[in-house]
Amino acid sequence: MYPSMLKGPGELFANFSRLQDRLDALLGEGSESSSIRAVSRTGAFPVLTVGTGEEALEIYALAPGLEPTAIEVSVEKGLLSISGTRVSRPDDEAAEIVYARERFTGPFRRVISLPEDADTTKVEASYRDGVLKLVVPRLETAKPRHITINR
Amino acid sequence: MQANQVSRTTSPARPEPTLMPPVDIVEDATGITLTADLPGVDRDDLVVRVEGRSLVLEAPLRLGQAEALAFVYSEIRADRYRRSFELSGELDTTAIQADLKDGVLSLRLPKVERAQPRRVEVRAAA
Repeated sequence: MYPSMLKGPGELFANFSRLQDRLDALLGEGSESSSIRAVSRTGAFPVLTVGTGEEALEIYALAPGLEPTAIEVSVEKGLLSISGTRVSRPDDEAAEIVYARERFTGPFRRVISLPEDADTTKVEASYRDGVLKLVVPRLETAKPRHITINR
Repeated sequence: MQANQVSRTTSPARPEPTLMPPVDIVEDATGITLTADLPGVDRDDLVVRVEGRSLVLEAPLRLGQAEALAFVYSEIRADRYRRSFELSGELDTTAIQADLKDGVLSLRLPKVERAQPRRVEVRAAA
């Protein structure tokens, strides 16, 4: 006997709690702080992570299954925005039963506020394994500089 | 009983947190197609294995040379994906096909021959 056979109509709730689990796994239940532009619990897409180095700021957006040309990246007044639309594969004619539709579909937009020393004229973008990587260099004047003392 | 041929197994609490990839699962006459979002996974790192009745997907999430950075903001709570599904007997676990492209895994789980629909010819009575 498979446990799943015993679920019956309660499967709807099982699916709901599965979605909840997923969101918790992705975003962290009860996480203390979030970006003011990403407080949604409905599963933001793409998932973002931002790292800083001495030379540049690196932004990674987990955006699997997109054509790079379908991703729009723009910067305006210190706000970097990633937008586009993720289309679901049309249902196959032969498909009979759908058990799960958890993957994100539809239009998306994520906005990140850039630090003041970001050089927004030189943003580089690349896409690999479903991850969009944006490199935003720091302005030359903001980079740490070693000053030699003459005598 | 067609409904729940693939369902999530209740995995015991693991000390290491993992990310659960979102999936789409569709069944047709000849098998089940599972699509999973696994961004940041290299083809060589992806593990798809069958353990008894369970299908297990596992892979590390890698973000290039990100180790050199200080992360100031992150929505990623773990660095490994893991999810498992309980399979039923009519799926042919020896013929699973996997394809990973742009962080999206497509898995095809065909049904064994005898589980596929067959047209039964009804002969008119003489």
